[in-house]
Amino acid sequence: MRSEPVVQIQALVKRYGTKTAVDGLDLAARAGVTAVLGPNGAGKTTTIETCEGYRAADSGTVRVLGLDPVGEASRLHPRIGVMLQSGGVYSGARADEMLRHMAKLHAHPLDVDALVERLGLGSCGRTAYRRLSGGQQQRLALAMAVVGRPELVFLDEPTAGLDPQARRATWDLVRDLRADGVSVILTTHYMDEAEQLADDVAIIDAGRVIAQGSPEELCRGGAENTLRFTGRPGLDVGSLLKALPADSTAAELTPGSYRVTGKVDPQLLATVTSWCAQHGVMPDRISVERHTLEDVFLELTGKELRS
Amino acid sequence: MTATGTYTPRPGAAPLPRMIAAQTALETRMLLRNGEQLLLTVVIPTLLLVLFSTVDVVDTGPGEAVDFLTPGVLALAVMSTAFTGQAIATGFERRYGVLKRLASSPLPRWGLMTAKTASVLVTEVLQVILLTVVAYALGWSPHGDPLSVLLLLVLGTAAFSGLGLLMAGTLKAEATLAAANLVFLLLLVGGGVIVPLDKFPQGAQDVLGLLPVSALSDGLRDVLQHGAGTPWGDLGILAVWAVAGLAAAAAFFRWE
Repeated sequence: MRSEPVVQIQALVKRYGTKTAVDGLDLAARAGVTAVLGPNGAGKTTTIETCEGYRAADSGTVRVLGLDPVGEASRLHPRIGVMLQSGGVYSGARADEMLRHMAKLHAHPLDVDALVERLGLGSCGRTAYRRLSGGQQQRLALAMAVVGRPELVFLDEPTAGLDPQARRATWDLVRDLRADGVSVILTTHYMDEAEQLADDVAIIDAGRVIAQGSPEELCRGGAENTLRFTGRPGLDVGSLLKALPADSTAAELTPGSYRVTGKVDPQLLATVTSWCAQHGVMPDRISVERHTLEDVFLELTGKELRS
Repeated sequence: MTATGTYTPRPGAAPLPRMIAAQTALETRMLLRNGEQLLLTVVIPTLLLVLFSTVDVVDTGPGEAVDFLTPGVLALAVMSTAFTGQAIATGFERRYGVLKRLASSPLPRWGLMTAKTASVLVTEVLQVILLTVVAYALGWSPHGDPLSVLLLLVLGTAAFSGLGLLMAGTLKAEATLAAANLVFLLLLVGGGVIVPLDKFPQGAQDVLGLLPVSALSDGLRDVLQHGAGTPWGDLGILAVWAVAGLAAAAAFFRWE
């Protein structure tokens, strides 16, 4: 999908006191689903909340659907849907009551009953928001973001803390939104979420976008294949590397966790296992896998995503 | 699965009057559903009116106690809704991201504030009706010009709303909860609501007389108990509080 960007951010800087949360961030998000991926504290929420008009940039420009989110908020807000990371509902309100209220603020809202059904909010009944489960609260926040039939939806960690079933229901909704032409910007620190949903992934670390592209593009950037195993920490990867073909790499990612990249074929597997045998190492959990966003992230930042 | 096209974008804000009406209705429902709020806005004023009118605890001066107490309790009712109740509710809405979420909805911020004011006024109408009925049952015989009473109630509401929103928009929710209740209690005792101000030493009277709840209860009493004309002095005090409170709230209110 190539078209005008729905979000265009140039050289965004945002500081809180002496702490720089966003440090010269550039991002262009096109129609479709864009995942903003990064560890906690990378600047994801600050970036997305600047797009939603909650905070003004210290410097740089932000345009959402071609509008300035702060200066042209009244024109922008009817066109976007927002899911905050938490809260946003009167503690005494019932789920369907709050959703009906959000619907009333829009000219052509979705059918509330159908949406309640779709997201399994019917089971909330007459329970007040503060007594709903975390998953129910998350799904209500998601419903509130889409009920006004927006062009662009911002979801800030939409599946954080959800059980697998609720997570899949959220993913299904995001896919349906995309299919119907709604653009979605979501933040996440789940790799699989980005890989499953996104047309485009922007990896943020320390307030900057350090890589952007489709999941395939990003993964292609690395090696073609990966072999992993675990063993005792501190093995001599240098000697392993000598045994491997020339274009291979071998590294100890975290203590005791090893990764070999290159042309992974039966020959390479045999080389690795015989090297292990020579060194008296039992290669536990040996596995061959395709390159993942997790690896890309690790290579780019040198750290684990969920730490 | 849902049929294709269900989510096809069709954005747009609802007409402003509809948004504000919906917001007012929701805010009022939230208030009337909250037990602590009802205690503050309905139960306490009504109990005080009945108790002190029928049991001779406080010397309320010459005339029927109910004629002295009803204007004071009406002032207390305004304070309980516009100040204490609004401060606490808004403080927690801020804390739990309700204000934040609504700020990115099609409802403009001033629309939300308008709805909050309308919700306060609706609640006050209900309070005034209830207290008037109870007061009549206790033998109340009001005098004076209803227009002056209305003016006093509106200016009092503006003054208390400004102060309540200032508190809710600057302090932590827990601090607002504690402070708003404390202020309610102090003003209940020292604001000429139940205890006549002339029971206090002269120096204290001069200061206490400048409090918004004193000005409101004194003005209402002048009109309703003594049949006086428009109490410009009290209206002036309320106007100063209203302008100062609302200006400070507008300047310092933080949405999250």
